[in-house]
Amino acid sequence: MFSIVDYDTGNTRNLKKALDYLNIENELTSDKSKILKAEAVILPGVGAFKAAMSKLEERNLVEVLKQVAKKKTPILGICLGMQLLFDSSQEYGFTNGLGLIAGKVEQIPDKGLKIPQMGWNQNKIIQNSSFDSVKDQYTYFVHSYYANCDIKNTIAAVDYGIKIPSIVQNENVVGMQFHPEKSGSVGLKLLKNFQEMVKTNDFSSN
Amino acid sequence: MLAKRIIPCLDVDNGRVKKGVNFVNLMDVGDPTEIAAEYQKQGADELVFLDITATNEHRKTMVDIVESVSSQVFMPLTIGGGVQDISDIQRLLKAGADKVAINSAAVSDPQLITEGAEKFGNQCIVVAIDVKKTNGKYLVHTHGGKKATDLDAIKWAKKVVELGAGELLITSMDKDGTKDGFDIELYQAINQVVNVPIIASGGAGKVEDFSEVFKKADVDGALAASVFHFGELSINNVKKAVKKAGVTVR
Repeated sequence: MFSIVDYDTGNTRNLKKALDYLNIENELTSDKSKILKAEAVILPGVGAFKAAMSKLEERNLVEVLKQVAKKKTPILGICLGMQLLFDSSQEYGFTNGLGLIAGKVEQIPDKGLKIPQMGWNQNKIIQNSSFDSVKDQYTYFVHSYYANCDIKNTIAAVDYGIKIPSIVQNENVVGMQFHPEKSGSVGLKLLKNFQEMVKTNDFSSN
Repeated sequence: MLAKRIIPCLDVDNGRVKKGVNFVNLMDVGDPTEIAAEYQKQGADELVFLDITATNEHRKTMVDIVESVSSQVFMPLTIGGGVQDISDIQRLLKAGADKVAINSAAVSDPQLITEGAEKFGNQCIVVAIDVKKTNGKYLVHTHGGKKATDLDAIKWAKKVVELGAGELLITSMDKDGTKDGFDIELYQAINQVVNVPIIASGGAGKVEDFSEVFKKADVDGALAASVFHFGELSINNVKKAVKKAGVTVR
C-alpha cells in the first residue's frame, strides 16, 4: 500500500486518480502508523513552502517522514513535495525543509522568461536511474522556485534560463519537480517506474 | 524551453459536448471524457471546457464532468463558463480542474481574481477576456460576448494580472469563426503589458495560423474548437507545421 501524505495542501486527488488508474494500491492519509508501515510514501504539494512545512509540523509528520526515509522506505516528493525534501527554502523567508536531499530551494532567477514556469518542458538525462524513460520527454511544470542542488543528486533537468533539476534522487528519496499526474503517458510511465523501483528495492543511479 | 501549447476547447451543454465532434472512433459522440481521452491521444497539451449554459443545475453537472475527465485523462484541464464566486472555483479545483477561467464575474467583481489567487495560487486563476474592436478600440465584452463594456481590453488585461490572474485566455470576437487567422495585433499589444502566459483564441483555420500567432505575437498557447472537432485540422499536423516553422512544441 502506498501512502499519499494528506496534509491539506492543494489538489492531492489528481495524484490519487493517476495511481488508481495505474492500479497502484494507495490511500490518502495523515495517520502516522499507516505512513510508517507504507510500502512507499508519496508527498504531494501545491502552494508555498513555509505554509506546507507548518502543516506537516502541525500533524507531527516531519519526524515521521524523516523516519520513513531512514528506514529506506521509498519516498516520492512531487512539485512542492519535492522541494520539501531539501534542506531549506527562501520562499517567504528562510524555512527549514526535511533535509533528506542536500540543497536549497531558491527563486527561479529572472532571465526574461515568465515566472512561474508553467507548461511543458523537455527533460535531459543527467544520470541514468530507474527514470530513464523521461529522456527527451516533455513533462508539465508549474513552479516559481527550484532546487539548487548537487549534480550528484540530479537525475534529469530542464532548461528554463538556467538548468532546473526536474528529477532528483538520494537513494530511496526521489523528487519530481513536474506533475507526473498531469504529464500524460510520460508521467504515468514515470509513476510506474517509481512503482518498479519500490518493488525491486533498487535505488541505484549513475 | 517551454513548448508552445495547442489547446482544443470543448463547449459543454448539460453534460454533453455541444459542437458535434466527429472523430470516427468515438463510441459515444458528445461524451466529454471520451473526447478528452481522444485529444490526449492526439497530443493536445491542455484542454479547456466551457460551460456554455451555466445555469445552477448545469454547474453541478460540470463538476461531475471534471471528476470523470480527471480520472481518465492526465493533462492540464481549464474549466470556465459561469464561474461566479469563490465556491465555484473551489468546487471545480476540488473536482480535478487545474485552472478555472473567470470571465464576466471578473468584470463585475474584480476582487474575485485576487481572492482566488490568494486562496489557491495565481497559477490556477485564468481570466478570460472576450474582445471586439469598436471604433478602433479593443473593448471587453461579457456574458458570452453579448454585453459590451467600456473597458479597454489592453488596460483590462494589465489590471487583471495586477489583481492576481496567472494566465489570460483572450478571444477575439472579430476573428472567432472566421478561420482567417488569429488577431496578431491584439496579442502583440497585450503581450507588451503583461508577463503571464497568454492563450490566443479565435480565428484558427489552417496550420499556418498557429505558426503565425506563435512567431509574431509570442503567445504561449493557441486555442481552437471547430477546426479540431470537425477534423479539418489534426493536432498532430498543426504541431508538425509549427515545429517546421521553428517553434518549440511537444
